[in-house]
Parts: sequence; structure tokens; C-alpha cells
Amino acid sequence: MKNILEAKNINKYFRNPVLFHVLKDISFSITEGEFVSIMGKSGCGKSTLLYILSTMDTDYEGDLYLGGEKITGQSGEELARIRNEQIGFVFQFHYLLPEFSVLDNVMLPARKLGRKSFSQIRKDAMNKLELLGIADQAHKKASQISGGQKQRVAIARALINDPKIIMGDEPTGNLDSKNSNIVFDIFKKLSLEEKLSLLVVTHDLDFAKRTDRIIEMADGLIIDHHSKMEEESL
Amino acid sequence: MDRLRVILDITRTHLLARIKQSGIAALGVTFGIGAYIIMMSFMTGLNGLLDGLVLNRTPHIHMYNEIKPSANQPVDLYEAFTDQLNVVRSIKPKKSQLRIHNALPVIDYLEKDSRVKGVTPQVAAKVFYLAGSNELNGAVNGILPHKEDALYNFGDYILDGTPQDLVRDRNGILLGAGIAKKMSLSVGDRVQVSTTSGGIFPLKIVGIFQSGLAEIDNIQSYVNLKMAQQLMGEGNNYITDINVKLKDINIAPELSKTYAKQFEVTAIDINTANAQFETGTSIRNMITYAVSITLLIVAGFGIYNILNMLIYEKMNDIAILKATGFSGGDVRLIFISQALVIGFIGGLLGLVIGYGVSVLIDNAPFETEALPTVKTFPVNFNPMYYVVGIIFAMVSTFLAGYLPARKAQKIDPVEIIRGQ
Ligand SMILES: Nc1ncnc2c1ncn2[C@@H]1O[C@H](COP(=O)(O)OP(=O)(O)O)[C@@H](O)[C@H]1O
Ligand SMILES: [Mg+2]
Repeated sequence: MKNILEAKNINKYFRNPVLFHVLKDISFSITEGEFVSIMGKSGCGKSTLLYILSTMDTDYEGDLYLGGEKITGQSGEELARIRNEQIGFVFQFHYLLPEFSVLDNVMLPARKLGRKSFSQIRKDAMNKLELLGIADQAHKKASQISGGQKQRVAIARALINDPKIIMGDEPTGNLDSKNSNIVFDIFKKLSLEEKLSLLVVTHDLDFAKRTDRIIEMADGLIIDHHSKMEEESL
Repeated sequence: MDRLRVILDITRTHLLARIKQSGIAALGVTFGIGAYIIMMSFMTGLNGLLDGLVLNRTPHIHMYNEIKPSANQPVDLYEAFTDQLNVVRSIKPKKSQLRIHNALPVIDYLEKDSRVKGVTPQVAAKVFYLAGSNELNGAVNGILPHKEDALYNFGDYILDGTPQDLVRDRNGILLGAGIAKKMSLSVGDRVQVSTTSGGIFPLKIVGIFQSGLAEIDNIQSYVNLKMAQQLMGEGNNYITDINVKLKDINIAPELSKTYAKQFEVTAIDINTANAQFETGTSIRNMITYAVSITLLIVAGFGIYNILNMLIYEKMNDIAILKATGFSGGDVRLIFISQALVIGFIGGLLGLVIGYGVSVLIDNAPFETEALPTVKTFPVNFNPMYYVVGIIFAMVSTFLAGYLPARKAQKIDPVEIIRGQ
């Protein structure tokens, strides 16, 4: 299986207020279409790791590969392009631009990429909203829809440029179990049907159990990988 | 192109979402640019008017014969005294003539000079104006009216008449306004003029001359060149003054020296005659720019403040944009373009308001003795000021927007996202 994401010996330190070794020699990889979850106690470094993997944080040691291409050391401009084109990011809090319509929010990354015509992008965005079951909200302002809807808009936005991988930092952390299930089903479907890789930080064991693999972290270290079979015993 | 469009869309949404603040920021620019246009149009209009007062009616080089003692006294020529200190007391000027020697060939020569725009000969005559038993001291200048008008806008200073009236009437006179008032004379009346040699000439008043300077208007009148020569009892080669207008005023000092030597006359150039004039113009310009720049700096601080506030409010938006693949440069462009839009709209409005007020000023009544033909305030509608104005607006808002935009460019999205 082809590796989509590969981390090699990632180390990160915080120097403020005191020197703190937050990520310790993290190495792992994710293959195409694989749905991986990360679990671990609060403060163990999951978010920090995700920011590095998503190329937003460049202050680390070690090497990072995306689709076989080395990411580490690339310029800020280049990293922005990679984020735009190959990575979809979903946050715990529904980060939308409040003054724009739902549709505009979904369209923005594609318009930045500039690979398709405006009308094509519009059509794609509507399709993604449809896929997430919120096409009827398309023309509302992003500030005027519910939390669960916002989260689905954020996922639609993450999908708009057909990325290689989606990363989520507790994307269901703020949702009730019904909405949480909807999001999980969408992720699962994307991984199966679109061969999309997913890396999702979660506290929800039920959610994690249904993914292909669980990476377990503690104190900045990966302490275990649980594959599908083992998950049953958790 | 598409990239720019998406950035401009974001810019527009941001600006429209806080239309009040954006509008106030734009109004700051409007005041700055409006004031610049108004002051510039008015000040330079005023400069133009003063140019009209001084520059346009003053010859660039004025040649005449000055009666003065000879620089070299006979004793200087006597060889035996060359190494002595010679003191000559109470020198009197030699009897000499006011006429310019060989005036007609000199005029011919000057008119062929490629640096010269025009030459006007004049004959100055001392006279008395007679009315009943009153005698008024005065001076009459013989001129070529159409030429004076073409070169020095002579017609602007004639009330109730034109230079053409003088051309038509050989015995006509353009009487000084002060004289006309003192003697209760008006156009169509006759005035008698007696010369120093005793002749009396009845002349018909074809117009009133008013320079605005009382000491001139109280003595000075104009007649045809021929008439003045007749008053003096001289022929047509009697010329006392030659006025030269140059194509380039800046060579006047140099050229006047050349002419003085070449024609053995006294030649005064305009720069020497009006040395203080340039200073006034440049000081007025300086004041205009100082005020406009001050207003724009104030407007600039307004924009700086508002953008800083906007960026602070928009931290989340900036983090999202960066997380979804907009580069730091894109984010900077979003905020700089907001500043530029504010500058452009505010500046444009400033131009419109500046133009409107200029039109109002241009139509406001303004009467001055000095320029009898001027009825309203002078305003200069030079399109250049409008071009400079809008460039001013854009540059100052760019500078005001640049620092906040750079701050936005450097915002670390991780820090913002973590902060939630
Ligand atoms: N900017 C920072 N400076 C110093 N320490 C930080 C900073 N951000 C996070 N940390 C610390 O790093 C550790 C890992 O944080 P994080 O990755 O957010 O944990 P989590 O696994 O809960 O997502 C925590 O102990 C946190 O206090
Ligand atoms: Mg976290």
C-alpha cells in the first residue's frame, strides 16, 4: 500500500516558559484510504503533532513526507500551497468565516487554488454540501447555522480540493452523539469510496474503535498501535 | 487573476461587514484630498492672478537711457594723473538725450532674435493735463496698442474701452483713472494736454486706464506712439523705451547685460525688478502642501487604527485562511487592498468635493481695483492636481495599511487555533 503521510523521528520542544520536550521521536505512516485515529490523555501532545503534520507548525526536528514528497524545509509559500491542495483540516471548533455565506466558505480554498472556473467550483461546492446533507443551508450566512451544521460545512470545505488526507482535531468533540455518528459515517464513506486517508484525534472510544487503526499516545510518545482486530479487546 | 478576484471578494466582504468604520476612514481621506484640491486650485489661481499683476504686465527686459553722471571723468583719461588719487567733487550728469540711439534698427535686430517673443517701443513724455484753470502733473506714454495688448494683456486694464479704440482714433487717449476722477472726465470727453515745450494738444478720451496702483493711475495715460512723438515734436525714430518679452524668462538677467553693452543703454531685467516675487509663490505652495500632508497624515492614522482593530477582530479569519492554504502574502494583500479601497473611494470623493467647492469659489464674486476685468475669485482647474490628489490618497493609505497588513501576514495560525 502506498504511504500518503509519513513522519520520521519527529521531535518538538517548547522553550517557553521552560524547556519542554513535547513530542518525542514520533514515527509512523498512513497509507492510502486508511482511517486512523489518535487517542491519548489531554496534554499528551496530540494537537501539537497534528499542527506539525498539517504543515502549519514548522518548528520541529525530524522529517515529514506527504505523498512521497518531503515537506520538511519547504518555504512558507510552498507549504500554504500544499495545505491548500493536499490537506483538508477540520477543527474541534467550527472555524468558518462568519461574514461569508456557507457556500462561499466552502468555495474559498478552491478559488485560492484557482484550478477550476468559478461556476465549476460553485457546482463542486454544492455537491460537497449535498454529500454532507446541508445543501439547503448553502446561502445562509455561516454565523446563522447550528453547531452540527457548521461542523459539516467545515468538512465540506476540507473536501473541496479533493485532498490526499483529511486531518481532524476532535472534530466531533463538540457534537452530540447523533451528529457525531453522521460525521463518522461521512468519514468512513470517504475512506472506503474515495480512497481518502484520514487522521483524526478523538476522545471518543466508540468513534475510535470503528476506525482502521488507533494510535495511542502518552507524554509525547506513541505507546501503541491497535489494528482493527485488537480494537475489539479495548 | 482568479487569485486576485478571491482576495478582492474577501476584501469587499470585510469592508462591507463594517461599513461604518470603513466609511469614517474613507471620510478622513476625503477631507485630506478635498482640502488639497481646494487649496491647490485656489492658491495657484491666486498665484496666476498675481502673475497677471506683475509678470504679465512687466517686460522681461526694459531698455532706456538713464541720465546719470559718466563713470569716467575727463581727469581719468589724462595720463599724467593715472597713478594719482583723483577726487572730483559735485559731478553733474552730462546733457544727454532720453531717446535711444538708433532705436529703429535696434528694434529690428531684436525682433529677429530667436530668443525674443516680442518687442514694443514706447515714447515717454512729461505733460500737464489741463481742465479749466487746473493743471495736473502727469506722464503720457506713446504705445503700439495692439502689440501691448498681445504681449502684456494691456486690454485687461482698460475700463470702458479697448486698445482697438486707441488704434482707430489717432488723437485718442486712454486716461489714467485717477486723473479722470480728479478732473471729472469720462469716455467721449476731451482733455487738453500741454507739453514741457509749451504746445497744447486736445485729445479725445477713448478709454480709462486703471492699473490698480494709485500712484500710477494718478499720472499715467496712454496715447498712440505717433501722437507721443508729435507731443515731443520729434520724428518717428524718437523712441525712449524698448520693452522686450522673452520666450524663456529665465535668461532675462543674462540677456539684459548683453543688450546693455551691445546697445549702450540701461537694461533692467524682470528678476532684478521683482526679486521678491518668486519667494511669495513658493511659500504659498509650501503652505498648501504642508496643510494637505498634515490632513493626510491624520487620515493615515485613522486608517492605521481601523485596520489594526479589524485585524485584531479578524484573527480567527486570518487563522482559517492560512490553515486552508492562503499564504502570508495573500493575507497581507487582503488588508493592503482594504486600505487601498478606502484610499481610492475616499480620495475620489475628495476630488469630487474639491472640484465642487472650487467651482463655488470660482463663482464667488471678487472685485479688485488692481484687475478691473476680474469679477470672481481666481481658481486654477489644472487636471494635474486631481491626478496628484488621487495618487496622494493611494500612497498615504498604502503606507497606513502596510504595517497592520504585515502584522496580519505574520500571525501564526497555530497560536490562534490553540487559543480557542
Ligand atoms: N505554546 C505553548 N508553549 C508551551 N507549552 C505548550 C504550548 N502549547 C501547548 N503546550 C503544552 O504542550 C502539551 C501538549 O499540548 P497539546 O498538543 O495541545 O495536547 P493535547 O494532546 O491535549 O492536544 C501540553 O502540556 C501543553 O500545556
Ligand atoms: Mg488538543
